[in-house]
Amino acid sequence: MSDDHLKLTLKTIKERFNLQDSELMKFPPGVEVSPGQIIQVCQVLRDEFSFNFLFELTSVDYWPEEHPRFHVIYGFYSHLNNVRIMLGVPLDGEHPSLPTLEGLYRGANWHERELWDMFGIYFEGHSDLRRILMPHDWEGHPLRKDYPLGYEEPQFTFNYDEIDKRKHHARYEEA
Amino acid sequence: MAEPLEVNYQELKHLVSERALKGETVLLNMGPQHPSTHGVLRLLLELDGEVIINCIPDIGFLHTGIEKNMESKRWEMAEVMTDRTDYLNNTGNNLAYCLALEKLTDLDVPPRAQAVRVILVELERISNHLVWLGTHALDLAAMSMFLYCFRERESILDIKEMCSGQRMMTTYFRPGGLWRDIPADFEIAVRRFIRMFPDRLKEYDALLKKNPIFLDRTRNIGKLAAEDAINLSLTGPVLRGSGIAYDVRKTQPYSGYEQYDFMVPTGTHGDVYDRYLVRMEEMRQSLHIIQQALDKLPYGPFRSNNRKYVPPPRSELGTSMEAVIHHFKLWTEGFTVPRGAVYQPVESPKGELGYFVESNGGNQPYRVHMRTPSFLNLQALPFMCKGHLVADLVGIIGSIDIVLGDCDR
Repeated sequence: MSDDHLKLTLKTIKERFNLQDSELMKFPPGVEVSPGQIIQVCQVLRDEFSFNFLFELTSVDYWPEEHPRFHVIYGFYSHLNNVRIMLGVPLDGEHPSLPTLEGLYRGANWHERELWDMFGIYFEGHSDLRRILMPHDWEGHPLRKDYPLGYEEPQFTFNYDEIDKRKHHARYEEA
Repeated sequence: MAEPLEVNYQELKHLVSERALKGETVLLNMGPQHPSTHGVLRLLLELDGEVIINCIPDIGFLHTGIEKNMESKRWEMAEVMTDRTDYLNNTGNNLAYCLALEKLTDLDVPPRAQAVRVILVELERISNHLVWLGTHALDLAAMSMFLYCFRERESILDIKEMCSGQRMMTTYFRPGGLWRDIPADFEIAVRRFIRMFPDRLKEYDALLKKNPIFLDRTRNIGKLAAEDAINLSLTGPVLRGSGIAYDVRKTQPYSGYEQYDFMVPTGTHGDVYDRYLVRMEEMRQSLHIIQQALDKLPYGPFRSNNRKYVPPPRSELGTSMEAVIHHFKLWTEGFTVPRGAVYQPVESPKGELGYFVESNGGNQPYRVHMRTPSFLNLQALPFMCKGHLVADLVGIIGSIDIVLGDCDR
């Protein structure tokens, strides 16, 4: 029964929104969605196909590719039919932004804050888009691929500006 | 340059009510070094007298960049970092990572390894719930529970040490099976534990279940309706306490859970007391699963025979050239994983623990994301504690069962 539900869901949203299968997602099945459509697709998934549970919201950075650079991944689960589905949203590297999903799934709140913190992906209409894991005055978005893993000079009060001039990785940018 | 201690109050203004700005309510900082926040969780409380009007969790004090670190380690080395996220459920984290990897590479796991995995993960669930029970009761001023629970947990840690040499950070599960076979006295030790433990559970229930102080402090506290719980992406005992029988072991069985007979306990009221009842019953069900898995523990290999991913046994190295080559390749450059991405959920003691793993065909993970239950369950704290007293807040935090290492990663 659940397999039928999944097939029907995939068929319907692919036809209605003209979507393609995701090549990368092996499990659960994934669909590629453009940033403009994401809210409508989620609305259809939630209201018509009872995908009432957002289980995953994350992103992958494909730097140095720029168009698209990010891939935001949404995962939905239906408690009624016991099926999972993933949506992949490609985003460009410059000022990546998406509409927030908070209105449909309140659980998206912290997920989106994490994405803003770690990848610098801006969520329009989010109620409280602050950094969540890193300190509030942190610069840069650590999970971007161009952000260095380590070997950074520690900045103290006396040499902060001096070292700051040499640092030019993934700077904080207003999206 | 930014002043290290400068806080932008304007940025936080929208989080509190207007009464706080007029000075009618009090803003109180709880944590990050408060014993009842179970780690380094900071809560900004807005209080009217002793009643909580608003609660703003502030996390990230234990953020260690594990996801970023894993991207620069080889597949088999990155597994070591998974232990360190949820330090009360190490084998469960290993299991989720290994299952994700096995799904990406189509690696087989022999039945014996699967059964041992189930036994250890269920023991770990009991051990996690014991820590939860001890600290939860301690928060509500039942000191002796803490000592009893840690006494029982010790025997589980001994079993883990017997298998892997480590009490906590075991990394005993490897892609394709186990690190080594279980020792000969493993079965005796586990059987001794499951014979002893049901009586201990009765003792705990005798101490707490009908204790009027405990009932007063847990009943009708931190209520959460089922729809809200789903909408807030809650999983695990918190969701089940609200009456939704969602358990990944049942809905999407892994490691042979479909062969075991067990129940998914649910609550009715969605309050702190129901979550207590759910977790207590889960421990009994875990014992039941361990009993069944031990009774039909199959003989056979403890790890896969696929030499592309799993190192050859030591004995073959002296006689087989091929084994030497595989050994050399695995220890110098590791194995590569075909391009693709999977999301693998498992039922950790705290809820659904999911690993989103993406490979670009190399010998290092391209991206690992952990959907950790503590992170998402903590999100519901402000909804649960509104209108309750500060003293009840510690009970509510305890009932969510968070581990900040899991939350902050």
